[in-house]
Amino acid sequence: MTAQSELTEPATSSERVLSQVQAIHEALDIALATDDRVFELGEDIQDPNGGGFKVHAGFSTKYGLDRVRPTPITEQAIMGAAIGAAITGMRPVPEIMLMNFMAVCADQLINHAAKLRYMSGGQTNVPITVRTVTGAGGGFGAQHSDMLEGPLVHTPGLKVVVPSNPADAKGLLLSSIFDDDPVVFIEMHHLYYSISGSVPEGDYRVPLGQASVVREGSDVTLISWGRQIHDCLAVADTLAADGISAEVLDLRTLVPLDTGAMLSSVAKTRRAVIVHEAVRRNGYGAELAATIGEELFGQLAAPVRRVASTNTPVPYSKPLELAHMPSRDGIEETVRALFK
Amino acid sequence: MTTVESRVAPEVLVKIFTVASKIKLYDEEYRRTIRSGKIGGMYYSPRGQEIIPASFAAVLAPEDYVLTTYRGIHDQIAKGVPLPTLTAEFFGRATGSCKGKGGPMHVTDVSSGLILTTGVVGSGLPIAVGVGLSAQLRKSGQVAVVNFGDGASNIGAFHEALNMASLWNLPVIFACQNNQYAEYTAYSAGTSVDQVAKRGASYTMRSIHVDGNDPEAMYEAARTAVEAARAGQGPTLIEAVTYRFHGHSIGDSMPYMPKEELMAAMDADPVLRLRADLIGARVLTEDQVTAIEDGLRKEIDAAFEYAMAEPLPDAADSMTDVYAEGVAL
Repeated sequence: MTAQSELTEPATSSERVLSQVQAIHEALDIALATDDRVFELGEDIQDPNGGGFKVHAGFSTKYGLDRVRPTPITEQAIMGAAIGAAITGMRPVPEIMLMNFMAVCADQLINHAAKLRYMSGGQTNVPITVRTVTGAGGGFGAQHSDMLEGPLVHTPGLKVVVPSNPADAKGLLLSSIFDDDPVVFIEMHHLYYSISGSVPEGDYRVPLGQASVVREGSDVTLISWGRQIHDCLAVADTLAADGISAEVLDLRTLVPLDTGAMLSSVAKTRRAVIVHEAVRRNGYGAELAATIGEELFGQLAAPVRRVASTNTPVPYSKPLELAHMPSRDGIEETVRALFK
Repeated sequence: MTTVESRVAPEVLVKIFTVASKIKLYDEEYRRTIRSGKIGGMYYSPRGQEIIPASFAAVLAPEDYVLTTYRGIHDQIAKGVPLPTLTAEFFGRATGSCKGKGGPMHVTDVSSGLILTTGVVGSGLPIAVGVGLSAQLRKSGQVAVVNFGDGASNIGAFHEALNMASLWNLPVIFACQNNQYAEYTAYSAGTSVDQVAKRGASYTMRSIHVDGNDPEAMYEAARTAVEAARAGQGPTLIEAVTYRFHGHSIGDSMPYMPKEELMAAMDADPVLRLRADLIGARVLTEDQVTAIEDGLRKEIDAAFEYAMAEPLPDAADSMTDVYAEGVAL
């Protein structure tokens, strides 16, 4: 990957333009500087590398190895240590290098982090922010690419965040770190360098649980998150040329879900297409489609459609990988079919 | 491995006896109550293992942390979880330690330092690493004791936790209560080493193999480990050998446990042995021991009466404590 290969938002003279990696780095820096209870732990996060994507560059030098704490390759202990520290007063920010490795520590996350507030009757809570990186399209094959938000949104007690742009990445990450519940913060590496944008200075926060209308429209709502927001925006441009006005709704936070924003947009446009990179079967799109169907059945002009990855592991070879993932052509075709 | 030898003060042994008796009498009352049909649910009796947590109770401070597993009532009582709210939790009452949402396998009582009970074998160990790390980062002087069975020493979490605790020199005591059975499987059928304590060497961790039913040896093991942790000398693995009198869970007819082995263990009941030893050594008179036991029975009876009379939770309470207040489900 190359840095800042594609600027999506040109800078004006008063704006700072950062890549998503720079925005995340800045949020972590502010959190570490603001609150002694915040500390990071994860594999290879220390200088000189500062993590595989240099997210932590300079931190272990600036804050010390106690607070920017490199770990062995030991996901259960990373997650368990974060939980134990969190229930005794700290705000740990563990990094699980790649999202597929969350499966290695699923017991800690699903049986413990998600449930301790409930099982203790509110005596303990788990204010951890689990940062993890993933995404198909990088040629990493089946064990380094999955979007696994499905099992996470299916686990009561967890919050799940997927930013699509640098400003949201910074604002949502700071909100997550200072949130009192466990948050899984999913970073799609495709966006790390390909998407840049203006990012507010200082302790900027985007509240969890608020979707964002990133493009207004009147004929169809494209509901998505993360990388696929940019596909939806590109498709909306194409459709506009043919007189189809697409609204693009960035959920940003999958749990808590901004149900109100989703339903009011679809009530307006009467058509919905949900786009996500996770595989189609039992993906979050199924839940969203069911909710829209339950709440807006009589008002819809067309069935709710989903565009998602095919129900296979992520393949390695480029043509196979592209065939697996949701494409701009696929989104466009699905939307056009709603108007036939 | 470290060996332990020392004389233990008589008042310490009285304290251990008192806590161990409280556990024993509570367990007997709990099993009686289940048999009477007044309450249902699973129960994992700790009978036979009382001396281990009672010895820790003589060493730990109130602000220290204890973590345990579903067979954890002995650890909970020894750490000082109040019996009325503990019992109310077991009975699913609204006023239980966890508002009836946790139950016996998931007790937390922050006020007494019983920070976690897990129903998943081995999962408490990595969390104890974090509790110890938190104490180290906050420079609080607290220590964390995580209790688990011999079966847990075969799961990956055990090994990851020991490695990390040793690497970071954390104030964590890994207390393996080796009761000889992992659920329904004998120790030797599932464990590739004859002593769990030997596994500590792989992590360059101070390791103690001790008779967990011998209060003097057990107390010295606990004291050695806790003092080292508090002095910044890092974690200890203690393997306390003991025996489980009532099988894996209530109703277990124990066909997999040799009868003579079980009988021999019950004949050597560690609580009754300590009772006899205290009287024999004239530390306490028979009357004094009886007075301790009568006092404990009263406390236990009062807790059971309280819990039985407490209200069940409202159905609406099932929807709270998932997230911080005000977050949409």
